Amino acid sequence: MDALVPLLVVVPLATAFAVVALANLPGLARGKSEGGDRLAGAAEPSRHRALSLLVCAAVLANLIISLVLLRADVGKIYVGGWTPIKALGIELVCDGLAKLMVVIINLVALVSIIFSWSYMQRFTKVWLFEALFLLMTGAMNGVVLAGDLFNMYVFLEIAAISSYALVAFGCEAEELEAAFKYLILGTVGSAFILVGVTILYALTGHLNMAKVHELLPVVGQTSPAVLLAAAALLGGLALKAAMVPFHAWLPDAHPSAPAPISAMLSGVLIKASGVYALARIVFNVLGPSSEYAAILSVLGVVSMVVGMFLALGQQDFKRLLAYSSISQAGYIVLAFGVAAHLLVTGGDRSIAALCVFGGLFHLFNHAAFKSLLFLSSGSIEQQAGTRMLKEMGGLTRRMPVTSFCCRIGALSIAGVPPFNGFFSKLIIIIALALAGQLILAGIAAGVAVGTLLMYVKVQRYALEGEPTGAAISAREAPVMMCVALVLLAVVCVAAGLALLPLRDMVFGPAEDVLLGSAGNLTGGVTP
Amino acid sequence: MGIAIYILTFALLLIGLYGVIAKRNVIKIILGVLIIDYAVNMLLVLIGYRRDGVAPIVSADEDVKKWAAASVDPLPQAMVLTSIVIGLGLAALMVAMAIRLYQKYGTFDMNEIRRLKG
Amino acid sequence: MKQQHGMTSIVKNTARLVSGFIAIFGVYVALTGHLGPGGGFAGGVIVSSAGALIVLAFGRRLATKVITDEVVHVADALGASLFLLIAVLGFLTGAFFASFIPVGDLGHLKSAGTIPLSNLAILVKVGAGLLGAFLALSAFRLAGKEPSS
Repeated sequence: MDALVPLLVVVPLATAFAVVALANLPGLARGKSEGGDRLAGAAEPSRHRALSLLVCAAVLANLIISLVLLRADVGKIYVGGWTPIKALGIELVCDGLAKLMVVIINLVALVSIIFSWSYMQRFTKVWLFEALFLLMTGAMNGVVLAGDLFNMYVFLEIAAISSYALVAFGCEAEELEAAFKYLILGTVGSAFILVGVTILYALTGHLNMAKVHELLPVVGQTSPAVLLAAAALLGGLALKAAMVPFHAWLPDAHPSAPAPISAMLSGVLIKASGVYALARIVFNVLGPSSEYAAILSVLGVVSMVVGMFLALGQQDFKRLLAYSSISQAGYIVLAFGVAAHLLVTGGDRSIAALCVFGGLFHLFNHAAFKSLLFLSSGSIEQQAGTRMLKEMGGLTRRMPVTSFCCRIGALSIAGVPPFNGFFSKLIIIIALALAGQLILAGIAAGVAVGTLLMYVKVQRYALEGEPTGAAISAREAPVMMCVALVLLAVVCVAAGLALLPLRDMVFGPAEDVLLGSAGNLTGGVTP
Repeated sequence: MGIAIYILTFALLLIGLYGVIAKRNVIKIILGVLIIDYAVNMLLVLIGYRRDGVAPIVSADEDVKKWAAASVDPLPQAMVLTSIVIGLGLAALMVAMAIRLYQKYGTFDMNEIRRLKG
Repeated sequence: MKQQHGMTSIVKNTARLVSGFIAIFGVYVALTGHLGPGGGFAGGVIVSSAGALIVLAFGRRLATKVITDEVVHVADALGASLFLLIAVLGFLTGAFFASFIPVGDLGHLKSAGTIPLSNLAILVKVGAGLLGAFLALSAFRLAGKEPSS
């Protein structure tokens, strides 16, 4: 069973390289024009369908492996068989939190790749898209599985670089501008993460996360050097998680990307490389302290409020969804911040567990319903030809399946029972109130009302009313796109109904990892 | 002497950051990002330094223990190799995007490349 | 630029003679990566510079008849797959990425387990990858006659 864990990273990477090799075998691509450029395989649809099938199979295999690992008894995997005498080797850590994140990543990746079967037919060089997509998926799996700081940084960079290229995939003017801005800001953030890792290595002499956590109290947890490292790390990771004031890249990058990439970026990338890494660093490496808890809470609250206000005035559907991603990510970071604060001040541990559960459940839910909303916006864009809310209308009759799933997604994110968003927001608000942070609970409730308003607006303009302009001739989206939407809608409904069993089986071990009751990154398995 | 060189490395980082924030030309912004990358690489190599150290290469007829007591730290050098490769990939991507931006917008001025608003 | 592609015949002949040796030097640097400085990445950069020399000397149109874009992509993917294969073959001896070749004596060419093989894989990948990036960037021309790729 230990052998399955590295496969989560190896399978997407190997398939990416296989796709590049198979799509470019010389002599099989026709339609060469002068100058050596050609639409590779434009005359070979069957070969490209076969490659797309291979890619779907690879991501499905990854999802199956991650579901199998969910109940398996794995802990630390020592790469290369280097025995853990002095923690000098590279470790892959598959504890409760990593198992949860891996399931989320692979699920959203599978749905996105099913959606892109039909959606990407408008582009040439689809093999390039699939290769980059697989690289991004494999790298995100690597981020959550990494057991030492530098490996996490390297996988973070691989995922980020593939996402820069994917945002610019369409090569239109606005996509390039958005991708360039995203690239510059993302690279500066990554450089600061590396500065933080460097300083931590200089202080403790180890890169292994568990070892750094052990050695940090010796150096002094609030010594100026550790604070500098923490500031650099938290700044860089907050940029990856699109927290205000580091959010400037997100409202341009997410709408400009093709729809499956927007779903991946908004649903998984800012979670896996941003929020997950923040939680890991603050809880498991640096150890929660009052400064870090305060920083997380402030970042969360400001992101929630600013994201909501900026989203309310948007006329572009995808831009509204992007701003609302900032707001929802703020919920998760706020929940983690308050949990850290409770751990530091010695408050009730079960309330901290409830906060962490709320944050993690909201992370899962947001991956599901935000991807659903972005994919349905892609359907609408392809069929009705527009992204502006005022130019849509009456899609309930024209595109029944898409609008039904979009309605489920909008109701989930707005927090309407019995969908999953209601439960996660309720848990966060109750946990904040129980922790004594009544002002924060009030703000969270207010932002929930604001989210409801913005999605009522979306439903009224996009789905109800009379069709205008190009929406008059809109027809239902192709089958594969609808299949992807229906899958995500089922997940949204099921996660809301299966709340309690999910908490026992899946979220409980993840909470224990963050709160430290199972002992630092081992998930209960003795090393 | 010890602290001054670290301060200079951070000064290099800040120079790169100034290039990214304050310059309008796309190429100068790219150069600023590259300077930030090189500054971080230099910081990584510097923390592995040991006074009067030797390079971390072991030849066949050398006593490993004596070498280990005198060599500089090899792990930051391995980290820097990876970081240089990452910087190379980023540089290629940035330059390709800059060329495409010039084809689409006709200018390298960041203030003109601003169609996305709100 | 006159009618002929690329540079003058002095440059072309020199490039033809020298680029083979540059490539061999790159392979040498990669193969002795476990004994001295260098290794796969440095060797790959040197090999790709040999390819870039050919492209610069002969002009892109002539050079891409020999070094096509497709060959570069396939070599790129093969190098990376070889590296992954070495990692997965480590399962034969127990763990992921474990060394399945016995670690020999210090300082010999045939030592250090799977590291020389990994260096060769990285050489192919980096050489092809950098050459591909060079070919892609050199496909842009000045405004007027751009074969956009």
